[in-house]
Amino acid sequence: MSVAAQPSAARRPVLEMHHISKTFGAIRALQDVSLSVHAGELHALMGENGAGKSTLMKVLSGAYRPDAGGEILIDGVPATTGDPIKARAAGIAVIYQELSLAPNLTVAQNIFLGNEPRRFGIVDREQCHRRASEIIARLGVSFSARALVSSLSLGERQLVEIARALSTNARIIVMDEPTTSLTSRETDRLFEVIATLKAQGIAIIYISHRMEEVYQLADRVSVLRDSGYVGTLERADLSASRLVAMMVGRDLSAFYKKDHRPPDAKRAVALSVRGMSDGRLLKNCSFDLHKGEVLALAGLVGSGRTELARLIFGADRRSAGTLELEGKPVTIGSPREALDAGIAYLTEDRKELGLFLDMSISDNISMGVLSRDARTGGFRDFAAADRRAAKAVADLSIRTRSAQANAGSLSGGNQQKVLLARLLETEPKVVILDEPTRGVDVGAKSEIYRLIDSLANKGIAILMISSELPEVIGVADRVLVMRDGAIAGEVTASEGEPLRQEAIMELATGAAQK
Amino acid sequence: MSDKTTVTSGDQAALRSRRLRTAFAALGMLPVLILLAAGFQFINPRFLTGTNLLIVTQQSSINIVLAAGMTFVILTGGIDLSVGSILAAAAMVAVLVSLVPDWGLLGVPAAILAGLGFGLINGLLVAYIRLPPFIVTLGSLTAVRGIARLLGEDTTVFNSDLPFDFIGNGSVLGIPWLVIIALTVVVLSWLVLKRSVLGTWIYAVGGNAEAARLTGIKVPLVLLFVYGVSGLLAGLGGAMSAARLYAANGLQLGQSYELDAIAAVILGGTSFVGGVGSIWGTLIGGLIIAVLSNGLILAGVSDIWQYIIKGLVIIVAVALDRYRLQAGART
Repeated sequence: MSVAAQPSAARRPVLEMHHISKTFGAIRALQDVSLSVHAGELHALMGENGAGKSTLMKVLSGAYRPDAGGEILIDGVPATTGDPIKARAAGIAVIYQELSLAPNLTVAQNIFLGNEPRRFGIVDREQCHRRASEIIARLGVSFSARALVSSLSLGERQLVEIARALSTNARIIVMDEPTTSLTSRETDRLFEVIATLKAQGIAIIYISHRMEEVYQLADRVSVLRDSGYVGTLERADLSASRLVAMMVGRDLSAFYKKDHRPPDAKRAVALSVRGMSDGRLLKNCSFDLHKGEVLALAGLVGSGRTELARLIFGADRRSAGTLELEGKPVTIGSPREALDAGIAYLTEDRKELGLFLDMSISDNISMGVLSRDARTGGFRDFAAADRRAAKAVADLSIRTRSAQANAGSLSGGNQQKVLLARLLETEPKVVILDEPTRGVDVGAKSEIYRLIDSLANKGIAILMISSELPEVIGVADRVLVMRDGAIAGEVTASEGEPLRQEAIMELATGAAQK
Repeated sequence: MSDKTTVTSGDQAALRSRRLRTAFAALGMLPVLILLAAGFQFINPRFLTGTNLLIVTQQSSINIVLAAGMTFVILTGGIDLSVGSILAAAAMVAVLVSLVPDWGLLGVPAAILAGLGFGLINGLLVAYIRLPPFIVTLGSLTAVRGIARLLGEDTTVFNSDLPFDFIGNGSVLGIPWLVIIALTVVVLSWLVLKRSVLGTWIYAVGGNAEAARLTGIKVPLVLLFVYGVSGLLAGLGGAMSAARLYAANGLQLGQSYELDAIAAVILGGTSFVGGVGSIWGTLIGGLIIAVLSNGLILAGVSDIWQYIIKGLVIIVAVALDRYRLQAGART
């Protein structure tokens, strides 16, 4: 103990994470990641979706226990891992993207929620308000400790979260994409507060996809990729190209398949989307999708990719926009109308929005074409359903003991194949695939890529949403990149030169504007 | 060699236990029904006589008709609290129409149509205005009760010369019409639920309504249908009830029938959140409730204790069922 308390701690980081790994079953979510943060430092953490940032922060906050061999030191003293209460007591606080305040309580009540100052066992409201006012004053903000949280703006609520962190004497504050839902004025206010916190010696770990913010705020930037640690840049060495290269730089795996001929400009347009808006996030999205083309829709989580797909499919209501299918205008107000027109959609959330888990694989596959198969009087043609199921099980190699087994009994990859089979039974002309390989094992992944390739070869137009850049590069002919609800740009492969991940990442993060 | 033999016998054992489980799952609450019947027979040997069993089935027939409709609704994840009130209103309509000279037989279709009308109103509110089923049918439980009273100006209406009284009191080859109607309803329900496209859609909507919508199923139409069916069958129940009593009373008739119908459906193993269940289970559930009532009377149990015992049996039976399903899911 006395060794750790030596005065050499002057430049000792307040937080050190050493050799953190985390596995869930066979999935490796973090591999040997180390990170150190000094008092008064803002340390930005960057990486693609799924690179391991959130998992690392969950290990820090005690939500996950790291695998054996990893350790967390606070002020050089090993901390207990895997215990959220001890982590908080050690001075670690996390501000999550989804705020967790009780809107009908006051600011002060929220700040001390679950940790109320008491006198004689009763909550001491006066002390509660006085201490809350002190903390708010430390942040230099204007609202009252007695204000109801429901009366505050989103940005102010975030400041309440920060005040809550300070009330527990947090010395390390993690902010996970804090500016996603803030206006630019609120963002400026947040940055002022961050400067105040730093001046008070608080260390901040700042997760963000936005280059401008990282440039403006960060003292150091660490990058994670594929669950592993890539490197750390000092403020003086920051550059967009270096960061993007660190985030994406990896070789393409061999299992992508792109045998179909890339479409030339003369190829017929299958689907033409013009001026799609939803009145909330999406702003005036337009693009053309050609027959036999695989067009990827890339962008960060929350950039509006799924929203745009659902709008085209008629699942949500649009405020503006028109569709043309093979040159003819179509009105699509519901998924039924989209399917009738020949547009099919694979959801990103197969359990919540896709499968009927308590129904048989056969029923799941035929669900969209039951009335087409029906006998007179509306009776089911079970033989037809079984034929479709048997064919799909063979064609897509769905691994199950019987097509009568419940869809819920299948593994993720096989469930995804059931949904793909259902989609193909509707004989679509345009297929929208939303994260087709999410939560799917490697074997099933390559089978799905092969299927996408063969569909394109048959002349079906494919719009594929994907957060995995290697997948986008490996499968797509052309890439549209979305940012903040609009189409930020297009990346095409030119003669002899493949699609560039860096170009996509620059558009997605806004680095290209720099 | 010996390895191979072990593997095969192991596989066979697994197969056998799987078959056993499937059979057990299909049987559902049947063993409970048989155990109850055996128990009551032990207490009072008059229980398992032909006459008494006819009484039991006859007494359960109206509840089974209501519960069949309720099965449709609960399979979609909804609930219909208004069936008792609809039954009362439909019974009033049946008796009032039966009093029209020469056209008295029209009382039966009139009652069914009245029930269908109320059911469709429930369905429109749930499917298109998107109000929660519990609230919609709680409202119509009260409002339709009022309509039932209004229809007879809050009196009991009689027709001692009811043209369709054979439904309530007649029989064919010794089988009461009430029982024939209930069984027919169950078989027709089975045809719709398990053999028709619409039936598959009903299970799909109950299992995952949003997925059903994205698959192109017209979810509102399916909902309208199930509430329509529930209302229609409550109307039929009203006609059956009027035919049995030669009378109808808007205030008392059908009070809390919805609870017996829901109990029958739940006893039958249909999931309250929708998507899982069968009409045969509902039939057995309805019979369990009737056997309990009849058996407790024959055993000389007081009215008050009948309530307590029936309530406990429902809870215990469903708890056992839950346990059985979990045990099945674990392997």
